[in-house]
Amino acid sequence: MVNRTIAPPIKEPVDFSIALPGCQKNILSNGIEVYSVDMGSEEALMINWVFVAGNWYEDKKAVAAATNFLLKNGTSKRTAFEINEHFEYHGAYLSRSCYSETSEITLHCLNRHINELLPVVAELVTDAVLPEEELAIYKQNAKQRLTVSLQKCEFVAGRLIDAYLYGEEHPYGKYNNAEDYDGVSREDVSAFYDKFYRNGRCVIFAAGKLPANLLADLEKHFGSLPLRTHRQDSMIVHPVQPAMQKKSHIINDAAGVQAAIRIARPFPNRHHPDFPKVMVLNSLFGGFFGSRLMANIREDKGYTYGIYSYLLNHVHDGGWMISTEAGRDVSEATITEVYNEMELLRDEPVDEEELLMTRNYMIGTILGDLDGPFQVIGRWKTMVLNNLDESYFYNSLETIRKVSAEELQELSKKYLNPEDFYELVVI
Amino acid sequence: MIQFEKFTLSNGLRVVVHEDPSTPMAVVNIMYDVGARDEDPGKTGFAHLFEHLMFGGSINIEDFETPLQMAGGENNAYTSNDVTNYYVQLPAENLETALWLESDRLLSLAFDEKSLEVQRKVVCEEFKEHYINKPYGDVWFKLREMAYPNHPYRWMTIGKELSHIENATLEDVKQFFFKHYRPVNAILVVGGNVKTAEVKTLVEKWFADIPAGEKYERHIPEELPQTAPRRMEVKADVPLDALYKVWHMDDRLDHGYYVADLITEVMGGGGSSRLFQTLVKEKKLFSHIECYHFGSVGRGLLAIEGKLVKGVKMEDAEKAVDEEVEKLKLEGITEKELTKIKNKTESSIAFEDMSVMTRTNNLAFYELLGDANLFNTDREKYFAVTREDILQYSRKIFDVNNSNTLCYYSNN
Repeated sequence: MVNRTIAPPIKEPVDFSIALPGCQKNILSNGIEVYSVDMGSEEALMINWVFVAGNWYEDKKAVAAATNFLLKNGTSKRTAFEINEHFEYHGAYLSRSCYSETSEITLHCLNRHINELLPVVAELVTDAVLPEEELAIYKQNAKQRLTVSLQKCEFVAGRLIDAYLYGEEHPYGKYNNAEDYDGVSREDVSAFYDKFYRNGRCVIFAAGKLPANLLADLEKHFGSLPLRTHRQDSMIVHPVQPAMQKKSHIINDAAGVQAAIRIARPFPNRHHPDFPKVMVLNSLFGGFFGSRLMANIREDKGYTYGIYSYLLNHVHDGGWMISTEAGRDVSEATITEVYNEMELLRDEPVDEEELLMTRNYMIGTILGDLDGPFQVIGRWKTMVLNNLDESYFYNSLETIRKVSAEELQELSKKYLNPEDFYELVVI
Repeated sequence: MIQFEKFTLSNGLRVVVHEDPSTPMAVVNIMYDVGARDEDPGKTGFAHLFEHLMFGGSINIEDFETPLQMAGGENNAYTSNDVTNYYVQLPAENLETALWLESDRLLSLAFDEKSLEVQRKVVCEEFKEHYINKPYGDVWFKLREMAYPNHPYRWMTIGKELSHIENATLEDVKQFFFKHYRPVNAILVVGGNVKTAEVKTLVEKWFADIPAGEKYERHIPEELPQTAPRRMEVKADVPLDALYKVWHMDDRLDHGYYVADLITEVMGGGGSSRLFQTLVKEKKLFSHIECYHFGSVGRGLLAIEGKLVKGVKMEDAEKAVDEEVEKLKLEGITEKELTKIKNKTESSIAFEDMSVMTRTNNLAFYELLGDANLFNTDREKYFAVTREDILQYSRKIFDVNNSNTLCYYSNN
């Protein structure tokens, strides 16, 4: 009989050598950079057009998101239906999304349909007509969706905590109310489109088992458009105006059985030397299933289905967030335990076994994440959009392998002090 | 075509190996032939609660997560009305760690009272988070009960009510374990950067001495064909009226399943689908509408659900949905629509196949349905569907006597 009490030997993931699969960079005639990762076995690919057209650049709330949404709702040649039908007929998925700095169009398709699809994506970028009627439908449906979301404590908590951290006027902190959607006019959307898409700044990411002529095709359809490189010397500055009050307690639904808890503080962006080390500290604290917050608050106390901490994914001013939905009657106890865990990290160095487990887990996750073309281009994209290079990836890996328990304790003393955190409970 | 090898241990454990040298990872997927449909009507939610307990320590290994994380692995699990599935992904060099962990919790759990006590609470919070604290969170509890007067699909995986979870005892846990979590009721799939011969040796080493257990024979109540329309009205504190309609469809391996799948694409798949174009864009009756099915192993449900534009009357909205359904029954679909949905199916399969995790999971599911090779042959059945099939099948299932309708009204 095999002895089951003895674990099989393992190869420590910290000892693995990991290489980030390469990414090719090309520049189209108009200066647009194209980053591509050619790997995988399926004859399929993803192309992602990233425009410098996030809500950072809008003068009026909801304009950037509305413009992004309407990109595929009509050109001078095709109706919204015809555009959708064209992509779907070819088995393709065309999605769009709007973030703070950037706004995107993403195409997933089989390689053999690419020639039918690229010209239409170019049409959306140059010739969207942003019909009044489509805007009216968008506004109506966005407002309706908002009324449902506002009944959810986690939705309300999510937007308020961002507003506390950055201020309601900041792109990272602002959120839309019904009247903001009402205020968007076709002129607003049209002007935004003209400036930030048709004559905007763009960068392209492509990944998959790439067709041989992809670059030539991108050059053909996008290389002579009046687009410019995404890189810019200066950009609009939005001052951060955090809330004065640190603690808030809101009853959104008097009959609510759970509380959405958000505890957050400002934190530097990826360029700060503490960032990679705090990635490790965060994992240990609340970054995965084996973290301290999960072990204590879910697996020991059963206060919640899940609790996580994470570093916010912003280009400029970052943040560090703890997030959970906990039973209403144990919400205060949950908050107390979060602070207890901070205290423990400040007071005692993490033991080597736990630190090694965290290191191995993180490396294993990175290894698994470099498995497919879409994940690999995702890593490159983060670096490109944050003005980082490969050294960021290798430095992060080295930090996971080497950061010491003492350094993590020092970082805990520096960053994990309850008085620096905003605390929000929404029931 | 994906390649795999299949063998069965002497204790009845079915093993499938799928080599993919392009990844540095290995995936260990173990699927148990038990889901919420196998529960006692007075103890619903148990299969899912049990899934949580599988992480609470096994007979020789106090903690499942720590050694796995030490080996660079991560894992998760899910429970459906049909099956319970556990999966681990880790660097291929450390494959044995996953087999060691999975085999010990198949041998026996630790049956720890504290773990049960904590996970009862965790699952209650999960229940609240997803179903109690949410607008429209009770919809599927009501719809399932209406659509299935007899079959255990009448309750949700999370359970019928919190008390069923709160009342679970350690004795229930033990009985459930030894009834369902035995090698004869399980399928193990190992995928990724592995060699079949080596997997065979390791699987023999860790799994072969586990007692086979008794094959679970499923005896669950049949759902008789529905003979009259069913309707229900609900009023709740939600901001918008909503309409839900479901119809019974065929089981997973019947021809009708594939036809139903394509019907949901025509009706609700994407911005050029019929319901979206007609009811959201042209008639502006709904702000949101979907058509999908449950993917059940047994006779499942095809659903249409939508939120009404504020001010639109429920009867007008429902009439418009009915008209679209009638149009489908009368005219079927165009050749262009058929090509579209087949192209969509082809590309969604290609994207799904990119992940070794998804491939191993699908292999386990197909083996559970009867044969892992369905992975390769099942997709052909979508491409064989004709316009005539869609016309005939829509006439069959979209029969008013097969319909269940829930009108969900806003109090506001």
